[in-house]
Amino acid sequence: MKRKRAVKPEPRPEVPQNKVAGGDFIDKLHAYRDLHAHAFFSSLGRLVDKPFTTALTVGVLAISIALAACFYLLVANIEQLTGTIESSNQISLFLKDTVSEAEAKKLVEKISKNNEVAEIKLINKAQALAEFKVNSGLDAALDALEGNPLPIVLDVLPTPAQSNTAALQKLQQALQHYPEVDEAQMDMQWLERMQSIIRLAERATRSISILLGLGVLFITGNTIRLELHNRREEVVIAKLVGATNRFIQRPFLYTGFWIGFLSGVLAWFIVTVIMLLLWRSVENLSLLYEGSFHLRFLEYGESVFLILLSSSLGVAGSWAVLAYQLRQLRPE
Amino acid sequence: MLKFDNVNKRYADAGDVLINISFHLKRGEMAFLTGHSGAGKSTLFKLIALIDRASRGQIFFDGHDVSHAEDHRIPFLRRKMGLIFQDFKLLQDRTVFDNVALPLAVAGYGHHEISRKVRAALDKVGLLGKEKKYPLTLSGGEQQRVGIARAVVNKPPMILADEPTGNLDPELAAEIMTLFTQFQQVGVTVLIASHDIALIQKMDRRVLTLDHGRLIAG
Repeated sequence: MKRKRAVKPEPRPEVPQNKVAGGDFIDKLHAYRDLHAHAFFSSLGRLVDKPFTTALTVGVLAISIALAACFYLLVANIEQLTGTIESSNQISLFLKDTVSEAEAKKLVEKISKNNEVAEIKLINKAQALAEFKVNSGLDAALDALEGNPLPIVLDVLPTPAQSNTAALQKLQQALQHYPEVDEAQMDMQWLERMQSIIRLAERATRSISILLGLGVLFITGNTIRLELHNRREEVVIAKLVGATNRFIQRPFLYTGFWIGFLSGVLAWFIVTVIMLLLWRSVENLSLLYEGSFHLRFLEYGESVFLILLSSSLGVAGSWAVLAYQLRQLRPE
Repeated sequence: MLKFDNVNKRYADAGDVLINISFHLKRGEMAFLTGHSGAGKSTLFKLIALIDRASRGQIFFDGHDVSHAEDHRIPFLRRKMGLIFQDFKLLQDRTVFDNVALPLAVAGYGHHEISRKVRAALDKVGLLGKEKKYPLTLSGGEQQRVGIARAVVNKPPMILADEPTGNLDPELAAEIMTLFTQFQQVGVTVLIASHDIALIQKMDRRVLTLDHGRLIAG
């Protein structure tokens, strides 16, 4: 794939045609700036010149980056979901059948002296039955029963200071020791499981993201290697007229930057489109559960970070390849 | 300007290509390097241009021992030598102007100076007005003159030409030689590798002759 166009290739000035005023030093400073500006735009121009190749590379990279971002958002959304649940960490005390309501009231007084408890509510047998009828829809069946099978329940709400799992467990055990209490139940276990699943998902996301990031590094590196190969003649000539490696690698680093940048932007679009597609279903689902859950998109800072990260991965991948290849490449 | 002191070059696959080469080219001197093909002309050329390293011996360029120059110094040494090639080595997708401007851009010159120097160089080789052309639209002689303009645009103290007239007819070759003579007259050291005996004899300059890797005359 030698880029030799016989008749009339489009002009690609090596030297930027900017007007420069001032002395020798200023002239050189401007020359340096112009070199960068030129490398910046000409490298983009080269990518645009080969739309098919560029689209393939950028597409592959964008999908990798988008995958990582999607995993990240998935975990972030689940975390947000459990965050709303975590606040309801009450402990239910089911009293023994033999405990009378008067005894239960005494127990309430005793427990409410505990300064780890914020609130305690007594639900007597009749209330429990009424509540159960309403919530279960089994009122006909319950009417058929003789007597009331439900125990007295004390709903204990710990103070916010007790919201971590260990403190809650301690409180639960303390409450369990009252002789009147048949069972002190905490709806925490599933939450704990959930949290450990989230931690696992977070770790998995991190590992997958690192792998995908490495993939991005390798793909840009390989793209730059091919580009270097295609422009070998040019590189050799530049070396023969005294170009430093720094001079030679500059446009290639910018190519790496552009590839990373474009992939980052495309990845952002892919993620946003996926989220928009999910958005309606999630809102509907949330509505069904009377939840206040809203799908979390990439925030502004995260979007900027995504694009910055993919750009720097592009530069890093190119740099690694150039550092190695330019040392290998000798003029003859 | 250029001094070889007992230089040897051995390749693992080809054995000794240059054996005990010693010569001294003074500042402002013009000389030819000749010999049968395979005599080691190209290898000698590569050693001077720091494309390859000597196996033994020392090479002095512009007062410095360059035989052990670190890699990062090589670009700066090359800026002091104008290299000219048989196959011109021009960038086909760049204009004549950009080709000639390359050594200046590489050295970090500003646009003003580049523009002025490129014009001066093109004027010297008689190509002023062809800045915007592409190398392939030029004749062989003109392309070589672009190559020469590129070599001298940075005003290097030495010009090194490898078979510069190899692809040109005698008339064009003579023109190119006249150009080299002009550069020598303004103090540039010129070394031309060539096997065109007739041309060399006509020029009547110092001739370094290589034979099977040894310098037998000069």
